[in-house]
Amino acid sequence: MAYGSRAVLRGVSCAFPPGTISVVLGGSGSGKSTILKLVGGLLRAQAGQVVVGGRDITSLSESQLYGVRRRLGMMFQNGALLDSLSVLENLSFPLREHSRLTRDQIKTRVHERLAAVGLEDVDDLMPRELSGGMVKRVALARALMQDPEILLVDEPFSGLDPLSTKLIEALLVRINRTRGMTMIVVSHHIPSTMRMAGHVVLLLPGSVVQGDPAALRSSEDARVRRFLTEDTDASEQILAHTHEFEAGEHAPVRRGGA
Amino acid sequence: MLRLLRRLGRPLGKVIEQLGRIAAFTGHILAVTVHPPLRLREFVDEVFKAGVLSILIICVSGMAVGMVLGLQGYNTLVRFGAENSLGAVVGLSLIREMGPVLTALLTTGRAGSAVTAEIGAMKATEQLDGLRMMAVDPIDYVIRPKAWAMVVAMPLLSALFIVAGIAGGYLVGVVLMGIDSGTFLSSLENAVDFDDDVAGSILKSVIFGTLVGLISTYRGYSATPTSAGVSAATTSTVVLASVSVLIFDYFITALWRV
Repeated sequence: MAYGSRAVLRGVSCAFPPGTISVVLGGSGSGKSTILKLVGGLLRAQAGQVVVGGRDITSLSESQLYGVRRRLGMMFQNGALLDSLSVLENLSFPLREHSRLTRDQIKTRVHERLAAVGLEDVDDLMPRELSGGMVKRVALARALMQDPEILLVDEPFSGLDPLSTKLIEALLVRINRTRGMTMIVVSHHIPSTMRMAGHVVLLLPGSVVQGDPAALRSSEDARVRRFLTEDTDASEQILAHTHEFEAGEHAPVRRGGA
Repeated sequence: MLRLLRRLGRPLGKVIEQLGRIAAFTGHILAVTVHPPLRLREFVDEVFKAGVLSILIICVSGMAVGMVLGLQGYNTLVRFGAENSLGAVVGLSLIREMGPVLTALLTTGRAGSAVTAEIGAMKATEQLDGLRMMAVDPIDYVIRPKAWAMVVAMPLLSALFIVAGIAGGYLVGVVLMGIDSGTFLSSLENAVDFDDDVAGSILKSVIFGTLVGLISTYRGYSATPTSAGVSAATTSTVVLASVSVLIFDYFITALWRV
C-alpha cells in the first residue's frame, strides 16, 4: 500500500482473531490507520489480499463493499459525526437507511446505545456542542447501531484526558465481553492496549510482530521491548494520578460531561 | 518536436483524465437519481440553501442591473427618438442574456462555493468515509441533492432576477425619465416571445444550473482533504464555473439563437 511515492505496509501479513480485541500498535506513519481503512474497504490494496469474514474484499466493487460494510462498524478518530445532524439523528441514520424499524423503535434503540456508552439527554445536541470524550462515545454508539460483527476503532484515546481514556477503554472491554464482538483497535496508548488487548499487532519498520500482550512484553526483540517500555513509562506516569477511577463505576454522564 | 509533443501531451492527458472523472461522476449521480430513496427532505433543504438564501442578493442585483439598463437604454434610445422602446430593450436584454448569465455567476459565488466548501469539509473530517462505512453512498446522500437543487433553483432565481430587473428598468424609465407606463409595458409585452425568449432563457438557466451544480459538487468531492485543499477547491469552483457559464452562454446563443 502506498500514498503517492511513499510506501506503507509493504509485505505486511496479520490476522485478527474473532471475538477478541486486537490492538494495532506502531509509530506515527507506520500504517496503523491504513490497516483499518483496508479492512473497511475505504482504501484499496495495491497488492495482496484483505480477507474479511472469509471473503477477499480486494476485488469487490464499491456496491459489493457496501454489503461487507453492513457487517462492520467503525469509530473514527475524530468521530466523523454528520455535523448537520443532531446526536439523535446521527445515531438514527444507519437504521433509517437500512432497517424498517418505526421512528419510535429507532429512538428506543438509540437511547439504549447511548445508555450503553454512558450518555443520556443528549438527543438534541449538535456534534459541535459535544466535548471530545462525548464525541468519541457518540461515535462508538453510532458504530454499534447495526450490531456489527467486527468493530474498527481508530485512535479511541487520542486527545482525551486520562479519565475519559479509561472510560472508553472500559466501554470497549465491556462491549467485547458482552457481545463477543471482534474489535480491531488502532492506538498509541500502550497502558490501555496492554490491559484490554487479547491480541497485539506491532508494526515495526520492515516487519510485523504479533501475539498476546504477555508474549510481546517478554519478547527477545529489543525493538519490541523498547517500543512497549518507553511508551508505557510515559503513560504510567499520567495514569498514576487516576488510580482511584475504576472502570464501570461511572453513572451515565449528562450534558457537559466528558 | 517530440519534446514539444511530450510537453503538450502531459497536461492534455490530465485534462482528458479530469473530463473522464467528471463524466463518471455525472453518470454516478444519474445512476443514483433513478434509484429510491428519493431523499426529498435533503433535496428541499438544499433548494432552500441554494435558492431561498440567495433571494436577497439576486433581487438587489437584479434591481441594480435593471436600473442601469434603463438608464443606459434611455440615454441611447433617446438619441434616435426611440425611447418608447425602452421596455423591449430592458426586457429582452434581461430575459435573453443578463438574467440567466448574471444569476449563474452570482449563484456560483454565493451557493456554488458554499457547496464545494461544505463537501470538502465533510471529506476532510471523514464524514464521507463515515457514510461509506455505514453502507451509504455519499454521492447518493450528499452530492445528488446538492447537484439537483442547483438545477432546480437556477431558473427560479433567474426568473426572480429578471422580474427585479424589469422593475428596476421601469422605475428609471417611467418614474425618473417620464416614459409613459403603458408605453413601457406594451413595448415589453409586444417584444417578448415565449418560445424564442422565455423558453430559451429557461433552457440557459437549466444548463447553467447543471454546470454549477456539477462543478461545485465535483470540486468538493475531489478536494484534497486539508484546509488548504478545501480552500483551493472552493476558489477553483468559482473560477471554473464562471468561465464555463460564459463559454456555454456563447455556444447556446450561437447554436440555438436564444
